[in-house]
Amino acid sequence: MFDDLRDLYQEVILDHGRRPRNFRRLEDADRAARGDNPLCGDRLELWLKLAPDGRIADAAFLGRGCAISMASASLLTETVKGKTPEQAKALGEKVRTLAMTGACPECDGALAEDMERLAPLSGVHEFPSRVKCATLAWHTLKAALEGSKEATSE
Amino acid sequence: MSVALQPAPALDVARVRRDFPILARTVRGKPLVFLDSAASAQKPRAVIEAMVRCMETAYANVHRGAYHLSEVATESYEAARAAAARFLNAADPREIVFTRNSTEAINLVAHSWGRGVMRPGQAVLVSEMEHHANLVPWQMLRDDGRGIELRVCRVTDEGELDLEDLAAKLADGKVGLVAVTHMSNVLGTVTPAERIVALAHAHGAKVLLDGSQAAVHRRVDVRAIGCDFYCFTGHKLYGPTGIGVLWARLEHLERMPPFLGGGDMIAGVTLERSEWAPPPAKFEAGTPPIIEAVGLHAALDYVAAIGLPAIEAHERALVDHAMRRLSGVEGLTLLGRARDRGGVFSFVLDNAHPHDLSTLLDRAGIAVRAGRHCAEPLHARFGLEGGTCRASFGLYTTREEIDLLADALVRAREFFA
Ligand SMILES: Cc1ncc(COP(=O)(O)O)c(C=O)c1O
Repeated sequence: MFDDLRDLYQEVILDHGRRPRNFRRLEDADRAARGDNPLCGDRLELWLKLAPDGRIADAAFLGRGCAISMASASLLTETVKGKTPEQAKALGEKVRTLAMTGACPECDGALAEDMERLAPLSGVHEFPSRVKCATLAWHTLKAALEGSKEATSE
Repeated sequence: MSVALQPAPALDVARVRRDFPILARTVRGKPLVFLDSAASAQKPRAVIEAMVRCMETAYANVHRGAYHLSEVATESYEAARAAAARFLNAADPREIVFTRNSTEAINLVAHSWGRGVMRPGQAVLVSEMEHHANLVPWQMLRDDGRGIELRVCRVTDEGELDLEDLAAKLADGKVGLVAVTHMSNVLGTVTPAERIVALAHAHGAKVLLDGSQAAVHRRVDVRAIGCDFYCFTGHKLYGPTGIGVLWARLEHLERMPPFLGGGDMIAGVTLERSEWAPPPAKFEAGTPPIIEAVGLHAALDYVAAIGLPAIEAHERALVDHAMRRLSGVEGLTLLGRARDRGGVFSFVLDNAHPHDLSTLLDRAGIAVRAGRHCAEPLHARFGLEGGTCRASFGLYTTREEIDLLADALVRAREFFA
């Protein structure tokens, strides 16, 4: 009945949705922000720890939401570690494109490996009402890195 | 089969469905299973055609021109008012104020009664199961610096209004207005309107009932209920968007200051001051929803032709069937177990978030709503901040559609296993 939904709910999404990685509070975080999707009640809090050279040393989150938003946040915490804030924000932009269009034309080269890992998020592009589920965590990341406390996925 | 003492004329659902053009369409290659009528109902051809006919043959602004078309349009608009009065068994069509929707009707009362008639030290009493439309306007009134308090009546674990709590919160006689829903848009609970009115009036409080859901499913008789204000919204009652109804006792409307100012609501204007027109015109500033009123009239006629007893019986059978089928779905929790309930079911599945679930159901052609249905405090009350899925029925809903939903829920649970 739902076979054609396997593109949206790939095993990676279901797995990260069920058992999100880095699902904890970072007590000594250097950056933090809250992400809210008031329309559907999805909500998460993201914490970042920065290394002396400014790179993201650790990332963690807590929150509630659908499988897609939880999986997206979980994948985010795994992929941004070791990145500079600029690299992480650039990656976030690519994820937005991926979620909205299902493709990422300029995602080769340095980004290729990360984008391959995030590719399961591309399934939402066929579901306009679900795109914001995939992008909420990345909006929150941007807010945290730019020093604002709140992000919404509107 | 139990035999009813006075069997209602049966509703022929197959025939009813043919009256709704949209039900013939498919979604993602599957027949549409529309289970979101509580958010907004579909429209029968009679409504669509009445509105088109009005625009093609009988349209002009109302109450303004002494020419034929304007007179015809005014007649149609006032005929819609009379139809709404009959629908609620109001004593007088002048007790019917057309608004944009229920939300505006409640805001009108919050403004004109709350700010114009209520006194400092008085309270408004709402319940935990209100739609935001019947909560936020009262919070705004409370925060307006007029010394009006806002009290909230509890909802029981069964999802019913806690009448003991209601009585306790009325006891000190400070409550000037009880504003509660006549049927919850989340729990399906139908509240005991007559008892609420008796309790409230015994303590000197007026009563507003939000009938946005109830009026769709039950015969409403405002005089039998004895309330002071009643509202409903056209688009949930198979009518168009953009029109709602506020009914209030004429004596109340006469005491209340206007809500919006402008054309049509005045008896006379000079540069210095204005005299208000008598109700209902006093509350209908500006060009009203004329075409929408014609559509609403057609919807009320449509519902009356099928008959509310038949609609009620059809819905009761659907509710029983849904109760049986949904309680058979493993891992499914239904929100609310009220004894008196209508065709609205909110639920959560143990291994699927409501949004994921509604995406899955959409793939099966089944339209349900996911979220908190404009009732965040109620979801918080039941510890469901993440929301619920809601299936809601209309007079065109079939048993087979409920079966499709139940089957799809079982498959969805397997999908997320
Ligand atoms: C119980 C209840 N009250 C009020 C409303 C508000 O109706 P409207 O949005 O048409 O003003 C709704 C529906 O949305 C409702 O279900």
